[in-house]
Amino acid sequence: MMLNTREDLRLYRTQSQNKMKKEDCRILICAGTGCLAGGSAKIYESLKKMSAEIEGVSLEFGPEAAHVGVHQSGCHGFCEMGPLVRIEPWNYLYIKVKEEDCEEIFQKTILKGEPVERLMYQQEGKVYPQQETIPFYAKQTRLVLKNCGHINAEDIEEYIACGGYEALEKVLFDMTGSDVIEEILKSNLRGRGGGGFQTGYKWKQVARQPELTRYVVCNGDEGDPGAFMDRSVMEGDPHKMLEGMIIAGYAVGAQEGYIYVRAEYPLAIKRLKIAIKQAEEAGLLGDNILGSGHSFRLHINRGAGAFVCGEGSALTASIEGERGMPRTKPPRTVEQGLFAKPTVLNNVETYANVPLIIKNGADWYLTIGTQGSPGTKAFALTGSVKNTGLIEVPMGTSLREIVFEIGGGIKNDAEFKAVQIGGPSGGCLVTRDLDVNLDFDSLKKLGAMIGSGGLVVMDEGTCMVEVARFFMNFTQNESCGKCVPCREGTKRMLEVLERIVAGNGTLEDLSLLEELGDVISATALCGLGKSAALPVLSTLKNFHEEYVEHVEEKKCKTANCQAMRTYIINPDLCKGCSKCARNCPVDAISGQIKEVYTIDSLKCIKCGACLDNCPFNAIYIAG
Amino acid sequence: MNYITIDSKRVPIEGEKNVLSLIRKIGIDLPTFCYHSELSIYGACRMCVVEDERGNIFASCSEQPRPGMVIYTNTKRVQAYRKMIIELLLSSHCRDCTTCQKNGSCSLQELAFRVGVHAVRFLNNKKQLPLDMSSPSIVRDPNKCILCGDCVRTCDEIQAVGAIDFAYRGSETQVMPAFNKTLAETDCVGCGQCAVVCPTAAISVRTNVTQVWNAIDDPNVRVVAQIAPAVRIAVGDSFNIAKGENSFGKLVAALRFMGFDSIYDTSFAADLTVMEESKELAERLEKNEKLPLFTSCCPGWVKFCESRYPEFASNVSTCRSPQGMFSPLLKEYFKEKDAEEGKKTIVVSIMPCTAKKGEILRPDNFTDGKQDTDYVLTTQEIIRMIKQVGIRFDQLEEEAADMPFAVASGGGKIFGTTGGVTEAVLRRLATDKNYKNLEEISYIGVRGEDTLKEASVMLGDREVKIAVVHGLAATAKLLDRIKANEVSYDFVEVMACRRGCIMGGGQPPFAGARTRKSRMEGIYKVDTSSNIRYPDENPVLIQMYDTMLKGKEHKLFHRNMQH
Amino acid sequence: MVEQSYYNKADEIIAEHGTTQKSLIPIIQDIQAYYRYLPAELLTYVAKKLGINEAKAYSVATFYENFSFEPKGKYVIRVCDGTACHVRKSTTILDRLYKELKLSKEKHTTDDMLFTLETVSCLGACGLAPVLTVNDEVHPSMTPEKVSALLTELRGMES
Ligand SMILES: Cc1cc2nc3c(=O)[nH]c(=O)nc-3n(C[C@H](O)[C@H](O)[C@H](O)COP(=O)(O)O)c2cc1C
Ligand code: SF4
Ligand code: SF4
Ligand code: SF4
Ligand code: SF4
Ligand code: SF4
Ligand code: SF4
Ligand code: SF4
Ligand code: SF4
Ligand code: FES
Ligand code: FES
Ligand code: FES
Repeated sequence: MMLNTREDLRLYRTQSQNKMKKEDCRILICAGTGCLAGGSAKIYESLKKMSAEIEGVSLEFGPEAAHVGVHQSGCHGFCEMGPLVRIEPWNYLYIKVKEEDCEEIFQKTILKGEPVERLMYQQEGKVYPQQETIPFYAKQTRLVLKNCGHINAEDIEEYIACGGYEALEKVLFDMTGSDVIEEILKSNLRGRGGGGFQTGYKWKQVARQPELTRYVVCNGDEGDPGAFMDRSVMEGDPHKMLEGMIIAGYAVGAQEGYIYVRAEYPLAIKRLKIAIKQAEEAGLLGDNILGSGHSFRLHINRGAGAFVCGEGSALTASIEGERGMPRTKPPRTVEQGLFAKPTVLNNVETYANVPLIIKNGADWYLTIGTQGSPGTKAFALTGSVKNTGLIEVPMGTSLREIVFEIGGGIKNDAEFKAVQIGGPSGGCLVTRDLDVNLDFDSLKKLGAMIGSGGLVVMDEGTCMVEVARFFMNFTQNESCGKCVPCREGTKRMLEVLERIVAGNGTLEDLSLLEELGDVISATALCGLGKSAALPVLSTLKNFHEEYVEHVEEKKCKTANCQAMRTYIINPDLCKGCSKCARNCPVDAISGQIKEVYTIDSLKCIKCGACLDNCPFNAIYIAG
Repeated sequence: MNYITIDSKRVPIEGEKNVLSLIRKIGIDLPTFCYHSELSIYGACRMCVVEDERGNIFASCSEQPRPGMVIYTNTKRVQAYRKMIIELLLSSHCRDCTTCQKNGSCSLQELAFRVGVHAVRFLNNKKQLPLDMSSPSIVRDPNKCILCGDCVRTCDEIQAVGAIDFAYRGSETQVMPAFNKTLAETDCVGCGQCAVVCPTAAISVRTNVTQVWNAIDDPNVRVVAQIAPAVRIAVGDSFNIAKGENSFGKLVAALRFMGFDSIYDTSFAADLTVMEESKELAERLEKNEKLPLFTSCCPGWVKFCESRYPEFASNVSTCRSPQGMFSPLLKEYFKEKDAEEGKKTIVVSIMPCTAKKGEILRPDNFTDGKQDTDYVLTTQEIIRMIKQVGIRFDQLEEEAADMPFAVASGGGKIFGTTGGVTEAVLRRLATDKNYKNLEEISYIGVRGEDTLKEASVMLGDREVKIAVVHGLAATAKLLDRIKANEVSYDFVEVMACRRGCIMGGGQPPFAGARTRKSRMEGIYKVDTSSNIRYPDENPVLIQMYDTMLKGKEHKLFHRNMQH
Repeated sequence: MVEQSYYNKADEIIAEHGTTQKSLIPIIQDIQAYYRYLPAELLTYVAKKLGINEAKAYSVATFYENFSFEPKGKYVIRVCDGTACHVRKSTTILDRLYKELKLSKEKHTTDDMLFTLETVSCLGACGLAPVLTVNDEVHPSMTPEKVSALLTELRGMES
């Protein structure tokens, strides 16, 4: 179906809405990466089969012949509880559904509208039937992620029915390019890719360039390990992002756009391809969109395994077929970006905000979040919290709310220790920061950054030195190798950290880390290097005593650092079976059969084989 | 006027593209590894960092000057940063300076000293990698590479060869040919321009100094030297002699002292080249075939043509280069004497060029199946030999080259710079050999630094269209246009190195704009102070053509085309 | 040396993407997807077709982690060592795989060409940490025991 005019689109929207309304019962089976991995495809198949047999049949719960719609949705952000099944109109959310559960779901809920309580989320003994009441969701403000999990991501009709492409329509027919830019400027939308740069300002600069060939590029590289909000948008509501990009193209006068998606997201690539094809077929992408005269085409580029390609100039180099090495600026991307043409480069989530702003107006947008950072932000909440997942909250929400209300507190009721925010380029926030507002500026003041939005919660059992080593290992691995401070400096910092966790560090090493960190942060060429030392510097600052303990006492309180562990046999539990001794590669364990065995800690190489093998769990580790 | 403030000095911005140029303008030699005015800006070494008044640190090579900027080039902070950067570089660098090719002329060594690195706190745990000795022109020692990328950009941007590039990433990054092949397996033309820009010994010129010393030491060997035009105006660089000055006489004296038996001027052979090439041009013009005629005296270009533009291979002159003509001539000349004295003549040519080391190994340059030139020494190598002996070069009395090949026209001597060959050929073809005509030819538009120069002259009633190009990237561009029929020429002079042999891969490096200019001026001064200006007025040559050379021109002076 | 059919396949893929430098990465991605590795000869071939220096093409191919000049095993197992997976002990999973497959940081592919083991930083399924993929199929909430079971299952499919 080709929509040639604004009226066509409006008519189509009404039709789609009616079609959706006709469904008295919508079954949404999550088909995000996580739930698919949990077997949601089979659940979809069986619920579809069961429902197909009753299509058009008058059912007990409806006054008229009812329709049951069975759809695959995108990720709800609650993947740990997956596979998820949402059933409307009751908004029941069933978690950890198995194929065997389908029959019961069908018999009880679909046919009778009754809940299946055992499949519902429970917290502290309380059952939460509706998705919206689950604490994890109740405290969120889902704007960008609103459709994720609620519509079929592979069907443009559903997006349009939910008000999709309304903003595009408004832009094409009621606004000029500069009106759009002004509106975005006014909304003070700041880039969600990490830097928090004003989007409207970026667009304005591109629109101003004398060169008329311009590009719109979407950064879907999302390399931050432990973050997946962009993936969810691309998989769960791809059209929202496309709409944002088409609007950006209109605003800056670009006719071509590129989406750079990391190769680790095959499902996102698939859904984007489908979305682009459907949008093209609908006349919402391509030549003369809706008869407005504006044309825009989109290409997808797959990443090839380089985190640094998230950096703007490395990303454009990669699309051009080059090594993804950042280059010096100027010229900046807005002047000479992709193919040396003026280029708008924004993050997935940034684009997904655009239709909301256009549709509801900048004034509305400014009422959400904080003054300096309006709107919402999606975070990937992982680590030692009870509820992990993808959340969306107004900017300025405190860490405490996120960790203890949405996240449900620390897993196993352990003590909160820190949150790593912004991944390998970020820093850690500690107990005293729990009430800080999470927004661009407040975090900057703390020497941390929102970054892409990864939030890794760590409890008392986490060794911060080891965490710093982990991030440094990541950055060192991902350094492009171009500039000396990052290429050589991160390597040396990693060496020092490895030395420390191996129990061979010295106090001088701590000042060497600070010195290296300072040089790299100050002199590196691109953001990767400039922020590479942040996790180390921030843990050094906040957990100095932990570092000192590692180097002075050769002790790791948390027993995370393998080399500093002591393996001990609990004499009360040991049955003298000798299994441990037989498994020890260095003969560090001795004893007599049926008597208590002992470990010679000087001989022990901390391999852990004894602990793994003891049938009576008699062996434990001391820090 | 727009100003920026550097270390409390007001410095006017006069079109400079980066802050670094302004800093250098006021005489501060800010350290750099990866900045070259002729290459794109890379910004990788971070040595050029400076601090602004707000404490921001940035690389001055990649920052545009903005009026009102206030920067400091030597604060405690940036000093500490530079020091750490060098320490980091040294930490994964094999530091055997005393035995290193680059000892004494190495930027890394020099800057380590300048910024005061006295200890390296990190262990060098990099795996030692083998050297690439496959090229007759250059040697790659990956253990000494600091990844500044200068060679990569030179080979790609200036030479359009792209034989080497980065491979892998992060701390695993290396510079290498594809699949870590040897250079010999690539299209490397041996121009040595990568070695010129390399700040360390990671790419250096393949040296033949030891072999030459051994030959000199051998009583049964007659060691004959030929000295190329461009050598004489660069050799003095290392001996307190004014840049661009002609040191030919001193060089002859030095070579005699070192034990070379006979010393000749390659310019003589350049005259020969002019004679042969002009003949070839006249013939082709007459038959109107295989035009344009491309010059062949630059082996870098010849190789480039063969590998990248084989369709033009038959347009390249069949003439050997001056070196290639001279050596068989010298061997022919000494043939009888060698037989009498029971000696063997070995020809050592002293060249500005690293590609010549490869040229002598090409079978199409052999005479009767035998290699003619035995060794090529670059200007840098001869400087090293002079230093080894301890000769006070600047104090030497000038001496003349040996007869009979000491006579050469000015035309043969300007071969050393771009446009020189063309000018010499035009002199040969000029019917009127007066002074005025000389002047006119010099203004025709073939002199100067422009990468592409075009001219046209009337030969009889035919207009001959000429192009002079230098640098292989510029050459490739020109060839593409010729291929596309966008331009057409009758004669095209190509020099692989930018500005020609005065800036060859074997010349003393660190040649800034001033050096380049004085070398070019030096060459033309040599010409104007020559007694003979027209190649075809070289009396020795005229006589030889009638005697010793009769009937042998083809065998001795032209490439052996069946190869 | 690879057979002629490889070049034909390469031609097909090149035709799909065009012969400018921006097609280089998509082309070699497709070649790699098809053969599960990037035959060196084909990289040279593609470079030539695209008018790119071989050294440049090699430099691009070695920059990105996903390209491999070594043939990969039938099952490519990628263990996530992203933050979320790391804090949920992904190393124990990796260790178990190393041990059971007799592979190491240096040796990635089993001699029978059945398994290739790689690490990856974040598959975007962090909620299910620790995660691994077998040929793009995600396996959530892994434990060393589940790893052993998975290998047994995969091996079983072979015999
Ligand atoms: C090493 C590095 C990695 C980055 N990775 C990403 C990424 O994965 N996704 C992203 O949107 N931005 C990333 N960025 C930020 C981008 O460079 C750029 O600022 C952003 O895409 C601009 O979009 P925005 O203004 O909408 O945030 C990264 C930056 C650096 C230095
Ligand atoms: S900071 Fe690191 S990633 Fe960035 S350019 Fe330098 S080496 Fe490359
Ligand atoms: S940890 Fe390993 S080395 Fe130590 S006692 Fe146990 S089995 Fe032996
Ligand atoms: S394996 Fe356990 S029970 Fe057996 S001897 Fe060792 S510690 Fe004791
Ligand atoms: S390259 Fe320079 S620093 Fe390195 S060993 Fe040679 S002289 Fe010393
Ligand atoms: S500079 Fe120092 S290390 Fe080098 S040779 Fe002299 S004394 Fe030895
Ligand atoms: S010698 Fe010339 S062609 Fe060869 S690698 Fe160096 S710059 Fe390139
Ligand atoms: S070989 Fe020399 S010029 Fe090339 S990157 Fe290495 S140090 Fe720089
Ligand atoms: S221009 Fe001169 S120095 Fe350079 S390669 Fe050619 S002949 Fe040699
Ligand atoms: S994939 Fe189903 S909730 Fe995320
Ligand atoms: S000279 Fe400026 S970064 Fe190398
Ligand atoms: S950290 Fe493992 S999937 Fe994200």
